[in-house]
Amino acid sequence: MASVPGQDQGFRERRQSSDHEGFLAHKRFRWLKIAGAVCLIAILGYFWSDVTPHPNGGSWYGYTLGTIGAVLIVWLALLGIRKRNMTEGRWSLKAWTSAHVYLGLALIVIGTLHTGFQFGWNVHTLAYGLMMVVILSGIYGISVYASLPAALSNNSREMTRKEMVEALAAIDRQLHSAAQPLNREEADLVIAALDQDTFGWGLGARLLARYRGCTTTTALAHFASDWSRPVGSDDPRDKVRALLGKRKTQLDQIRRHMRIKALLEVWLYIHIPATIALLAALTAHIVSVFFYW
Amino acid sequence: MPEQYRVAVIGSGPAGLSAAARAAKVGMTHILIEKTDHLSDTIFKYQKGKHVMATPSNLVLRSDLDFDAGKREFILDTWDEQVAAGKINVRLNAEVTAISGTTGKFVIEIKGGEPIHAEAVVMGIGTQGNPNKLRCPGADLPLIQYQLDDPGEYFDEHITVVGSGDAGIENALGLAADPKQNNIVTILNRGSDFARAKAANVTLLEEAEAAGRIIVRRETSPAEVRADELVLDTRDGQETIPCNRIIARTGSQPPRGFVEACGIEFTGGDRGAFPKLSPSFETTKQGIHVIGALAGYPLIKHCMNQGYDVIEFLNGNLDLKPADEPILAQKFDALPGVRSVDQWLETFRANVVILQDLSPLQMRELMLDSTVSGYEAGEEIFERNDPGSSMFGIAEGSVLVEVNPDDPSVTVSIEQGSIFGEVGLISGRRRGSTIRAAEPTIVIELSRTAALKLIATTPSAARAVNAISIERQLLQMFGSGLMRDDVAELVAAAEVVDVRAGKVVIEEGADDKDVYVIRRGSMIVEKQIGGAPVFLSYLPAGTYFGEMAVVDGSARTATVKAAIKSEVVRFPGEAFVRLLARKPALREKAMAEMASRREINSFIESRKDSFGSVVDMYSETARFLIDNGIGEATDVLLIDEKLCVGCDNCEKACADSHEGLSRLDREAGRTYAHLHVPTSCRHCEHPHCMADCPPNAIKRGPDGEVFIDDTCIGCGNCQRNCPYGVIRMDAAPPPKPSLLSWLLFGKGPGPGEASYSWRKHEAAKRGMETGKSAIKCDMCSGIEGGPACVRACPTGAAIRVSPEKFLTFTKLAEDVE
Ligand SMILES: Cc1cc2nc3c(=O)[nH]c(=O)nc-3n(C[C@H](O)[C@H](O)[C@H](O)COP(=O)(O)OP(=O)(O)OC[C@H]3O[C@@H](n4cnc5c(N)ncnc54)[C@H](O)[C@@H]3O)c2cc1C
Ligand code: HEM
Ligand code: SF4
Ligand code: SF4
Ligand code: SF4
Repeated sequence: MASVPGQDQGFRERRQSSDHEGFLAHKRFRWLKIAGAVCLIAILGYFWSDVTPHPNGGSWYGYTLGTIGAVLIVWLALLGIRKRNMTEGRWSLKAWTSAHVYLGLALIVIGTLHTGFQFGWNVHTLAYGLMMVVILSGIYGISVYASLPAALSNNSREMTRKEMVEALAAIDRQLHSAAQPLNREEADLVIAALDQDTFGWGLGARLLARYRGCTTTTALAHFASDWSRPVGSDDPRDKVRALLGKRKTQLDQIRRHMRIKALLEVWLYIHIPATIALLAALTAHIVSVFFYW
Repeated sequence: MPEQYRVAVIGSGPAGLSAAARAAKVGMTHILIEKTDHLSDTIFKYQKGKHVMATPSNLVLRSDLDFDAGKREFILDTWDEQVAAGKINVRLNAEVTAISGTTGKFVIEIKGGEPIHAEAVVMGIGTQGNPNKLRCPGADLPLIQYQLDDPGEYFDEHITVVGSGDAGIENALGLAADPKQNNIVTILNRGSDFARAKAANVTLLEEAEAAGRIIVRRETSPAEVRADELVLDTRDGQETIPCNRIIARTGSQPPRGFVEACGIEFTGGDRGAFPKLSPSFETTKQGIHVIGALAGYPLIKHCMNQGYDVIEFLNGNLDLKPADEPILAQKFDALPGVRSVDQWLETFRANVVILQDLSPLQMRELMLDSTVSGYEAGEEIFERNDPGSSMFGIAEGSVLVEVNPDDPSVTVSIEQGSIFGEVGLISGRRRGSTIRAAEPTIVIELSRTAALKLIATTPSAARAVNAISIERQLLQMFGSGLMRDDVAELVAAAEVVDVRAGKVVIEEGADDKDVYVIRRGSMIVEKQIGGAPVFLSYLPAGTYFGEMAVVDGSARTATVKAAIKSEVVRFPGEAFVRLLARKPALREKAMAEMASRREINSFIESRKDSFGSVVDMYSETARFLIDNGIGEATDVLLIDEKLCVGCDNCEKACADSHEGLSRLDREAGRTYAHLHVPTSCRHCEHPHCMADCPPNAIKRGPDGEVFIDDTCIGCGNCQRNCPYGVIRMDAAPPPKPSLLSWLLFGKGPGPGEASYSWRKHEAAKRGMETGKSAIKCDMCSGIEGGPACVRACPTGAAIRVSPEKFLTFTKLAEDVE
């Protein structure tokens, strides 16, 4: 049907290689392959080096693994800086994250082999434990990164967070005027619903989407149980019921949004502090090894 | 006998004011006539506190009034004082309705007043024109206003906005924005949809309607205005609503009608035309002069200089050199040989064919927006695939076009007087070939704006550019060693056709036999498969289509329609077939292309049976993207919402690599099938934002990016003109403390765009008060590594794509699966 000039495509390709490929699959799983190879070599080396009497961190092979592990940990921790430091250059955070994930996982092998399976109640095992905490939280992290974004997008239905909050405020204004003709008791129910802070809930409520004592639900339950008038009547109570229903729907959307966002972020509150603790423990581990062993 | 003035100056904008001030200074009897009750209405209407800019900075100000960059209030106050001190004779509240008479005895009619008599007239009435009035009884009641300066100043009112364009919608949204103002806002629309407004505004309005913040009345128009009441004509009869204030935004009447009625001719029929002027600003009506924005000079400094100059000319100072003389002299300095500015201007005009009909004044204006350069023999002027939308004229010498990218020795010559680069201007696409000087050569490079203005206002230039561009486009497209003679038959039969968005050019199953070339815009190809249209491909400008049916002698196999407003060139099919018959190499190439196209089509068709839903999804996605402006984009940011974790790192990175303000809004924008088009610049082929920028601050940069340079005066025109709402007006924020001091000591607002309050507070603390200017995505030009938003996305959700690469079946189908 037609001829398309293909001339400028190579050019764009050069300037911005933004391939449509997620961080896990980055460059056809380049870092998975590298990390896999590193693990394989580490395991082979472990058996090949055959440290006597039994494997430990103090052997030459143990030192090698330990050094690699320590360098890796420091580099992994630097992701926090990289992410916030927009410098020029041909790097991409996607590549960093990809490498971070797979090399981080490789640490399980490297770190464990480094211990030579000698554990105890000491700073060394503490460092190992913290490392595993960081890694496990990271594994949780990628599992939510992989599964939740689509849900976040479906829930938002093209609304921004701000628009959701504004839509709620608009319903509230209507509710406010619709509630004027109600009797004192019923008006109080509506006022209680309006007065409750949408964002005043704890992390637990957000994560579990369990909002005990939600005054909108209470008010809705009150009005919804009264079906004495024909559907669609002009009675103020029916109007209020309809508006409360809308309010609940809007509130649910905001709550789902907050829940998914919380699930996507909450693990970082373990991952990052544990990283800092790990760096401290790692320092202690290294210092103690060199000065007191 | 009433008093007869030597000169009557109409309009007290910067142009008129400066003219009147000069007249007062040289002792000419004069009168300055102003419609409103204050001076300089256009500037008066700027937003309160607006920082007015004094661009271009290299132009010296020549006026008896002072003007420098500063606050609107300060500038207006200064002028008020200087007008009083300079004994300038001003008549306010006097709208001129007609001018009759001839040089020496003009009669100027004033609405509701005695006529004014003058020997000469200087018109500086700007381009604002008059707002359209409501056409119903009560239209002159005081509750109607045509302008809304500050939506925040009205409380507890019933306000009705009349008009369904962007201005009306924006006003309505503004009035209803803050519920505390407690206004009841209604907007009336005569039609049933808001077709004239930007999609983004319509969406906001619909949301506001759904949320109960604004009452939208469709198919409704005002029938009668009464005190505190408005009678409406609705589909179901008349209805009366309470109304304390009416904001009428039904467009305005440009001043052209009035100007023409005074006997003044324009350069052409279209909107971009200006009055024809002599070097001393005299119009075709002897004795009447036009200066300022109406004359095509929309910057305050230009206006003021012209006010001064026009009076000097009237006063007999004919040797006065225009104030832009030094700027031009500087431009011409680098050229070989010693010639005066006037000599250079005359050389260019006489030698370059498309400039031949220009007046010296037009030449000057054109040259201000253009550059001139000299090249040695063999020196490169531009390279294939350079972005560029400027057009070149050869003033002296000649150039060689390297038509075969694989063999630079194959060249075609373009002679003195002709033009080149016009394909980039028209299609908005990259340069098709490398061009070098054949001998010592002098070329003029007309900026896109200057070239478009020239084409719009000079019919002879338009014809010349058209003919040349069609021929060149054919040669470039077909390649294969074709010569001008080969395509002569096609060029002679060519016809340029405008197609609006969505219009079908070729219908599947029809048996017409024309061949088309897309000159600007883009097309989509669709085919009916299993009862539904399936998207086959996207055709950018510079593509030809329709040849299959001609070569095969078959009916049309697919439908081709415009993705956006486009321009195609139509050729008779037989001429194309004859060309193929004569040129076996071209025939072979065309056949190969057709074969690969057939292959893709049948591939999609076969997939339709086995993977029907994938094909549907792919078609829908393609359509969604085109609806969202991808059809006119060159480079667009997309977010894959299957990967986006909502961390906003993209926005933060954008802010941190651009003076602390983000040029993209990730959350806003449309989404389809988890593909999200955020509010971010599309770098349109023909950027709407460039249309109306007084200092021409919007340009296309070396990587194809559309960017705004620092001559922006903050007028907000581009923001209004961009259909995708991606331009924001804001002041550059103060610098933030370093990342390290934030990490370690919690100093400053941290990465990303600082909150409005922090920026405001810090700026006040440091006494940095800068004006707002327009900011938008510049594709991170000059930043090594490319777009920061893409680089900063941890999951790979944010990608930048060009439509011809992304809107292909393989790409979309793989994403959909
Ligand atoms: C929002 C905005 C911001 C801008 N910012 C800048 C900036 O920062 N720097 C800059 O250089 N330029 C800026 N401009 C452009 C600049 O303001 C105008 O180009 C300039 O004011 C034009 O001057 P003028 O004298 O030709 O006409 P105007 O300033 O438009 O003045 C025309 C005057 O004539 C009067 N008039 C019209 N018709 C009649 C009539 N029939 N009878 C009597 N009087 C009549 C009008 O009331 C008005 O007072 C901006 C423009 C806008 C819209
Ligand atoms: C000892 C090993 C590790 C250390 C020290 C470490 C440290 C860090 C740090 C400091 C960050 C930056 C967080 C921020 O500032 O927002 C981070 C982010 C992250 N880490 Fe780890 N990490 C480790 C292992 C892992 C592993 C094994 C995985 C996955 C399996 C993982 C997955 C992630 C992910 C997905 C992010 C988020 C990236 C982003 O959103 O920017 N990490 N890690
Ligand atoms: S940086 Fe990427 S993941 Fe984060 S918000 Fe932007 S697009 Fe989404
Ligand atoms: S600012 Fe708007 S009109 Fe201008 S190039 Fe970008 S998307 Fe197009
Ligand atoms: S390309 Fe650069 S300027 Fe444009 S949105 Fe991305 S980060 Fe901002």
